[in-house]
Amino acid sequence: MVGAWPVPRWIRSLQRRPKPVLFDALTLQLGYNATLVTIGATLLGMAAGVGGTFLFLRKRALVSDAISHATLPGIGLAFIIMVALGGDGRSLIGLLGGAAVSAGLGLLCVSWLSTRTRLAEDAAIGAVLSVFFGFGVVVLTIIQTMNAGRQAGLEGFLLGSTAGMLRSDAAILAGAAALTLALVLLLRRPLTLAAFDPEYATASGQNVTRNDLAMMGIVLAVTVVGLKIVGLILIVALLIIPPVTARFWTERTDHVVLISGIAGGVSGYVGAAISAAIPDVPTGPIIVLVGFALFALSLLLAPRRGVMSSFLRHRSFQRRVHLRQGLLAMAQSQPIYEGLTLRLLRRADLVRPDGVPTNSGQARAAKAMLDEARWSIVRGDQSYEAAAALYDGLTDIETLLTPDQITEIDGRLAAPSEVPA
Amino acid sequence: MTGSEFVPLSLPPSLIGICVAVACALPGNFLVLRRQALIGDAISHVVLPGIVVAFLISGVVAKLPMLLGAAGAAVVAVAAIELIRRLGKIEPGAAMGVVFTTMFAGGVLLLEKSDTSSVHLDVEHALFGNLESLIWLDATGWSSVFDIDALAGLPVELPRMAITLIGVALFIAIFWRPLKISTFDEGFARTMGMRTGPLGLALVIVSAIAAVAAFDAVGSIIVIAMFICPPAAARLMTNRLETQVAWSVAFAILAAISGYMIAGYGPLWIGFHGSVSAAGMIATMSGVILGIAAVKGPHRQRAT
Repeated sequence: MVGAWPVPRWIRSLQRRPKPVLFDALTLQLGYNATLVTIGATLLGMAAGVGGTFLFLRKRALVSDAISHATLPGIGLAFIIMVALGGDGRSLIGLLGGAAVSAGLGLLCVSWLSTRTRLAEDAAIGAVLSVFFGFGVVVLTIIQTMNAGRQAGLEGFLLGSTAGMLRSDAAILAGAAALTLALVLLLRRPLTLAAFDPEYATASGQNVTRNDLAMMGIVLAVTVVGLKIVGLILIVALLIIPPVTARFWTERTDHVVLISGIAGGVSGYVGAAISAAIPDVPTGPIIVLVGFALFALSLLLAPRRGVMSSFLRHRSFQRRVHLRQGLLAMAQSQPIYEGLTLRLLRRADLVRPDGVPTNSGQARAAKAMLDEARWSIVRGDQSYEAAAALYDGLTDIETLLTPDQITEIDGRLAAPSEVPA
Repeated sequence: MTGSEFVPLSLPPSLIGICVAVACALPGNFLVLRRQALIGDAISHVVLPGIVVAFLISGVVAKLPMLLGAAGAAVVAVAAIELIRRLGKIEPGAAMGVVFTTMFAGGVLLLEKSDTSSVHLDVEHALFGNLESLIWLDATGWSSVFDIDALAGLPVELPRMAITLIGVALFIAIFWRPLKISTFDEGFARTMGMRTGPLGLALVIVSAIAAVAAFDAVGSIIVIAMFICPPAAARLMTNRLETQVAWSVAFAILAAISGYMIAGYGPLWIGFHGSVSAAGMIATMSGVILGIAAVKGPHRQRAT
């Protein structure tokens, strides 16, 4: 079977279309519409990144999943109503309006189920998501039986399709994305406060319920604007992945907001450009995968919280422990068998290849032993309680105690004395 | 409607619908109580890349490779969620969001950009399923139910879903006590010597198996809806787990039958031609049931 594996079409299409197209797309030279869509996707990504941060900090990231799936029946019903009123049903504003109404209804259902009944929020999210989406599919199948419904192209809202978009639609999306971004930036201070400490926010006169409502309003706006660009199944990724990415790089909220906005913007920009350059690629998945690439890089490379740095930290800790234990064993003239310890000692020139300690090795070992003896006095003395709490067997005692204190402790150590005859 | 029409056209799909609904609702009871309700959502999204990869590797649209691919993808997803949660110290909801959206996006891209146009494999099918098409052409009437030759022509989804349902039910029955105790009081379960970690994982895997088997027949919406809606509605009816499971099974069957019937015959009753998506209608009915339970259920409030 492997021999008969055909070359996938996308590889062939890459061969046919060399780099310049992607370069043109990235420099916004692929036509007016593509440029508008790319700018719209960038702005949308930024708004989603910033808005999603508050959702993430409130630990309610998946509420957006319910909201986005709940748009489907609204889109379908808006189409039916517009056709019934004599239009052709494809007006973008009308469809997005319908989406906003049903998404708002879904949001109300989630909050009603999770506050007024005993159901937890995740069950409410799952219920609303599946039921609204299921009903949306029912509405879509009704549309398919209508005469006007055959070319409705409503499937484009599932995964996003920006190819062949009308100029006016592209302009609407870019404008709406800009508006959403402005709204998020305007509201970021009260939202930060509410995300971290709702009680304090209430006490200091903020209306937390209203703030939460504003946050959900932003999520709703991002979802509705993103429907045509990213699609309703994947818009949730744009709200979740950038904040999670940003969280790796910093511990400060304002920086998380900033980095998340940038990550979202870059995902939207690069994703929309790639999809404009390569034909037949739905925009949404590309944007999501670009966002995930940024996330994966952060997971691996971020300082402090990244995988690489925690691995390095772990290894340096391991080496310190081995070296210290090796020195203590050496001071007590015990043989050392453990491979890593021996290697470390040899590399630091503390033992000779045949296992005999060098002069500097003996000095370091004696110092380690002396420090242990000092520590055992420190830990036995109530007045050194604070210092004793810092004992970890690795830190040099000089960095924790003053020279005076060390002299005082040394005075208590049994001094070398004459051997009685 | 006569038997000669009902048995070949409506009996197999509604039985498959019932099996799917119950097989998903049973583990769903525990998932809802453990606040893992969205696992079903995540699994049903990642099944798509699994199926596409299985198709690209095997080159055929066969059931077995696809089931294996989907199951493999579910395992990869669960592992990736755990990994990201631990490595990045990220809350589980967000980790889940990252993983399932990315895998779904990858699946869509693979599907769109590889030569699958010749075969019946597309995103809409994966989402909506096609319950109505699972008909039993060999049947002539009720007598066919006892006819060995005709029974051989049953859609393969029906026996497969029935076996899945039996397997899921057996798992729940055998591990009933440990599941119940660890769901309500994990610390107590551990002091009793139960291994709650592997048990929780087993529950997720059983749910994944149910989801993957059901997904092929009916699409992913119904799977998510059945994992959550019947158990959630049942949760509002009672305080006892045994009664809750019984209610959830009843609700699941009710949603499957009413949804299927309304989808097939509802449009005719109000004067339209054709029918609407059965999977979508079943999900909608389960939502209606949950809505009624949320308004009228005797135990809808939190205990005070």
